Amino acid sequence: MTYFWGILFISLHAMVPITLTAVGEVVGETGGLFNIGLEGILLLSAFTGALGAESAGPTVGLLVGMGTGALVGLLFSVINTYWKGTQMITGIGINLFAMGFVAFGLIVLGAPGFHAVPAESRLAAIHTPVGTLSPIIFVALVIPFLVHWFLNRTRAGLILKAVGENPEAADVAGINVNLTRLLATTFGGVLAGLAGAYISVSWIGSVTKGISAGRGFIALATVVFSGLNPLLALLGGFIFGFFESLATWIQNLAGSKAIPWQFVAMIPYVVTLLVVAGVIGRVRFPKALGEPYKRE
Amino acid sequence: MNEPNRKLITRTLTGLNPALESVLAGILGLIVGAILMYIWGYNPWKAYWALFRGAYGDSYGIASSIARGVPLVLTALTFSIGVRAGMFNIGAEGQVYMGALAAVTVGYFTLPPGLHLIVGLIFAMLAGAAWSLIPAILKITRGVSEVISTIMFNWIGHFLAFYLVANVLVDPLRGQRTIAVPPSARFPILIRGTDLSYSVFAAVAFALVIYFLLWHTATGYEVRAAGLNPTAAKYGGIKSKRTMLLSFILGGFGAGLAGATIVMGNPPTYAVISGLPQIANAGFDGMAVAMVGRNHPIGILIAAVFFGGLTAGGRTMQITAGVPLEMVRVVEGVIVLTMSIPELVRIFRIIRRGIQKILRREAT
Repeated sequence: MTYFWGILFISLHAMVPITLTAVGEVVGETGGLFNIGLEGILLLSAFTGALGAESAGPTVGLLVGMGTGALVGLLFSVINTYWKGTQMITGIGINLFAMGFVAFGLIVLGAPGFHAVPAESRLAAIHTPVGTLSPIIFVALVIPFLVHWFLNRTRAGLILKAVGENPEAADVAGINVNLTRLLATTFGGVLAGLAGAYISVSWIGSVTKGISAGRGFIALATVVFSGLNPLLALLGGFIFGFFESLATWIQNLAGSKAIPWQFVAMIPYVVTLLVVAGVIGRVRFPKALGEPYKRE
Repeated sequence: MNEPNRKLITRTLTGLNPALESVLAGILGLIVGAILMYIWGYNPWKAYWALFRGAYGDSYGIASSIARGVPLVLTALTFSIGVRAGMFNIGAEGQVYMGALAAVTVGYFTLPPGLHLIVGLIFAMLAGAAWSLIPAILKITRGVSEVISTIMFNWIGHFLAFYLVANVLVDPLRGQRTIAVPPSARFPILIRGTDLSYSVFAAVAFALVIYFLLWHTATGYEVRAAGLNPTAAKYGGIKSKRTMLLSFILGGFGAGLAGATIVMGNPPTYAVISGLPQIANAGFDGMAVAMVGRNHPIGILIAAVFFGGLTAGGRTMQITAGVPLEMVRVVEGVIVLTMSIPELVRIFRIIRRGIQKILRREAT
């Protein structure tokens, strides 16, 4: 039974960054922008979030992370709406920048490659009889439902879908295509920023130059899995979180030397690949996804 | 001003446009880097001066800039072949690992010099291509986004490489590294006292082969046509699955070869060290080189000398100005970001139109 709670709790913690990032990207992709710079946003906001938390407490840390995500999301969406950029290349640029910036920042802070967030700067965990839980888990459980409601039950959600599906028609109907996309992708950046700050301020409690560990890309895979349904993104996030915790759990098992740790560490990535290969073809994406909108 | 002269100037400016954009992106990257260094308490002038001296200040610097550029040419080609075929193949990173590890396996047998080297290169190219094969098949048969699959393969390759270095290819005498490539399979040093080896010719040759293949053969035309407009290409009878597979395999050859040039052409270790310090990021840096080189083999050769210089000079910067080498990747990121903005073209068009207007006024 303790194994059950152990794995469930680790899975829930591992679920949070993937779910938050994926749900944000569901909103962005519904509007038609494909942001592969999410990995970079996670990395940057894990770093800035930790700095914020250390100077003014964990809440500020989370807000700084969200602000970082908003800023990068805004930059990405300005380039790819008003300036008609190439979304893939912008994303690659953001990821490279984040890799350099965080590695550089960690050296400036003193210890190359690793920075621990002191316990008093970390977000207080909720104590339960069977273990501790981060409060952000509940945020990650609620947001998918709010976004689902927003996309399917509000006028703004409908406008967003129209912009992703048929920007020409939306434009003719008097909708500001670029502004709508910009807001959607910036919102996606905010959620990715919260996810990044959660990693350093609440969950793991440290920053390394590889702290994001491909979660931004796993979130992109989760979006594919979800078919742009935020509730399925929540489920997908939990599945990937489960496999990540399974890998951690196997590595910590005594007598697990039979399987080299490197193969255990591959599990989340192999599962991601299998899931994406399995569901693809069933899902449908907005027609204008990845295409800059140009008025004829 | 007389007529032919004016035409020449206009044409030169038009022709230079893409190159100017790359230069502008480079300058912008360096400016943002300088601002960050200033904020974090470093002296950007001192840093860039050290970087420049280290990269191009003397013949040793130039040689080591070119040496750093060699693998970047090859990984840039991996990315560019994908872009030309209409895909974003981000898998060079993992394919470099596989290429480098395949290359060191030549240490297990002996062959005459020269032949030994060629066998190693073939191993590396095949390993690189093999590592790109599953993403290629998933893309062709299931429509799986190559961005996601190649990145997952980079991570799987990362851990597989750690495993192979620690458990399989490990040097029993030294540990912490693989067996070394024997002298008979190494690229000879080209300039004495530097780490520039004959591997530079392998990179240039591969770039020229790709240039010839893509721009001067029917197959290459099909690859580029499928990349420019998949629908039109399909109606034109081009088999897009075949061109996709071909571009993945060619890209894998390039990245595998990049891994080989690092372990077979770079003194002093000639082995893969635990933690992959020499080969890590070669694939990612290659994407920046590809962008600045405009996804063209000739542009890539020039851009690689610039980025090789950033890395080589970055070391001098780290030692003499105390600025961490990681600053180089910050600059790279800004450069790639800038290169994603086509509006840059418009800025240059406005400038060009202005110059044309002045020229016309002078003519009348």
